[in-house]
Amino acid sequence: MRDDVLSGGFADTPVEAARAFRAALEAMARPGSIHRVEGARAPAPVSEAAAVLLLTLCDRETPLYLAPGHDVAPVRDWVAFHIGAPLVGASEAMFALGGWQALAPLDAYRIGTPDYPDRAVTLIAELVNLAPEGARLSGPGIRETARLSLPEVAAFQRNHHLFPLGWDAFFTCGDRLAALPRTSVVEAG
Amino acid sequence: MYVAVKGGERAIDAAHEWLAEERRGDASVPELSLAQIREQMSLAVNRVMAEGSLYDPDLAALAIKQARGDLIEAIFLIRAYRTTLPRIGHSRAVDTGAMRCDRRISATFKDAPGGQVLGPTFDYTHRLLDFKLAAEAGTPSAREADPLAPEVPRITEFLNKDGLIQDEVRSEDTPPDMTRQPMEYPANRALRLQALTRGDEGFVLGMAYSTQRGYGRNHPFVGELRIGAVEVEMEIPELGFDICIGEVVLTECETVNQFAGSKTEPPQFTRGYGLVFGQTERKAIAMALVDRALRWEELGEENVGAPAQDEEFVLAHSDNIQATGFLEHIKLPHYVDFQSELELVRKMRKGALDAMKEAAE
Amino acid sequence: MSVTEIGTEARRGWMGLLARAPAARLAGVFDPLGATPGFEWLRTPETGGVMVRGRTGGTGAPFNMGEMTVTRCALRLETGEVGHAYVQGRDKAHAERAALVDALMQGPRAPELREAVLAPLAEAEAAARRGRAARAAATKVDFFTMVRGEG
Repeated sequence: MRDDVLSGGFADTPVEAARAFRAALEAMARPGSIHRVEGARAPAPVSEAAAVLLLTLCDRETPLYLAPGHDVAPVRDWVAFHIGAPLVGASEAMFALGGWQALAPLDAYRIGTPDYPDRAVTLIAELVNLAPEGARLSGPGIRETARLSLPEVAAFQRNHHLFPLGWDAFFTCGDRLAALPRTSVVEAG
Repeated sequence: MYVAVKGGERAIDAAHEWLAEERRGDASVPELSLAQIREQMSLAVNRVMAEGSLYDPDLAALAIKQARGDLIEAIFLIRAYRTTLPRIGHSRAVDTGAMRCDRRISATFKDAPGGQVLGPTFDYTHRLLDFKLAAEAGTPSAREADPLAPEVPRITEFLNKDGLIQDEVRSEDTPPDMTRQPMEYPANRALRLQALTRGDEGFVLGMAYSTQRGYGRNHPFVGELRIGAVEVEMEIPELGFDICIGEVVLTECETVNQFAGSKTEPPQFTRGYGLVFGQTERKAIAMALVDRALRWEELGEENVGAPAQDEEFVLAHSDNIQATGFLEHIKLPHYVDFQSELELVRKMRKGALDAMKEAAE
Repeated sequence: MSVTEIGTEARRGWMGLLARAPAARLAGVFDPLGATPGFEWLRTPETGGVMVRGRTGGTGAPFNMGEMTVTRCALRLETGEVGHAYVQGRDKAHAERAALVDALMQGPRAPELREAVLAPLAEAEAAARRGRAARAAATKVDFFTMVRGEG
């Protein structure tokens, strides 16, 4: 294992993980809101925000899928040391990390079961641009409407129709993140 | 129906203060240290570790002190603490064949290779109160002899060589974990063993005893009972190899049970298995008997309707923390539920009394 | 000298010894060595649970028994060696000392550490094990064959 993959974890885990968890929670509870996070550094091409999410949400019991582009040796080793999440294929994953295109096809992921709708994947999609513009969001956690630069609209509409099943998604870009749960209604901006 | 009730904070604070005072007892008597509990109440510590499902003698001693010696309360404290620990991973399956045995006996073979080693057992004590212990007993010292060969072969392996006992098929399957997924029935044997090893000693003992008394009899012999330390190894992903991360004391019991054979199997012996944290012999033997009773279906035996054959009955009621939680919650405020019951009973009584009156007229 | 040259077996040996050693005993032999070398944390000490597994019948399929407490950490010395520790219990200082020894064993001070830390720990562990084995041996039953009477 290369020595450089051993660094980049939280320096003060309880405090930093709690802050990051709060940010992730806020993002998911208020779809479209954008939050800045810090404290983690993973090998390229993982963004700082995605590294923070992985450290905060994943552990040895959350199977992780690395999509093409993110599925590289330094990232695998970094995950092994800092998180220990088993690396699996898309259909077994509880979390999936990659660029939006690389994460496709979306019907490969788990969407939960009627008894356990929570047994669904959470996607972490790395975007080149993350801004409060573009697609119009409404639904729980949103006062009237919000806007978010989603990479597309159709996939989120299809996912919303599966409710209470379906996946949830985080979007990361540099040190910023936003989220879109399956409850949100998405319309083209 | 649950309704939040407010109030009583001062009463609760006062109750906690008094609890702390009562826990300490007479202040003129020296306070117990955790080391004293760990070293001198070690079998209580062992039980708390086994049923609390967390191997840490110091924490178990603390829990016993805090719980004033109420072991189920102590187990509750350990279970609560356990949930705050991040799961670092899982060990390799421990090799009990490599156990450094303090005790190792067989009820089936007198001349078992490796010998009958009694260890620090109560078995041949006379169960007479020893009033010397009422005073300070000093520091006893046990006699020693030249250590025996460290390898202690398994009794069941001898029977296995001759095909006289059902084989345990080795596998590396990932076992289910009831602390992570809700229980689902039917459970497989791995899940049953997990539930039994952390199950209440009294409950598992009672179930095992019921099989001996005829409710699903399975004719057990203790093929082997061993108590001792085993090293725990874990694969470390960042190193790429396994290391030993510590050592635990375990009690292992293998029973050898008569089996008349079935449509597909010739007569042979079958096995029940018990493996428990700490020196916990009664529990390990009981676990083996209950494990064997629950295997009726896979062995093609008849279900005679005995409680110990009913997997859901046994597993759903073996956990003393679940049981005590549900049992004891009925003493907490149920004012609203009871009000509605009261009204219902009054109404029904009135109806019944009116009907009786009418009939009499 | 790289870890591969040291040999995985040797490293497994000392990491296990450090994990099993009582925290106070490790402190007792390590601290007299003087100033601890400078290092940076790669993973600050963290206490967690490891699920211990057994096997059905001792030899069959694995099952989960219960957890044990383990504290782990990782650090890098100023001189570059990376030390890891996974030690039984909840003592963070124990894990830190174990990781420091692991790192130092990969550098020029290895002979000194082997003599001052690992040897006495191994000796103490062996003595404790021997003591229990000797007591166990004293409780081994010697059967006498009794002559059965008539009838």
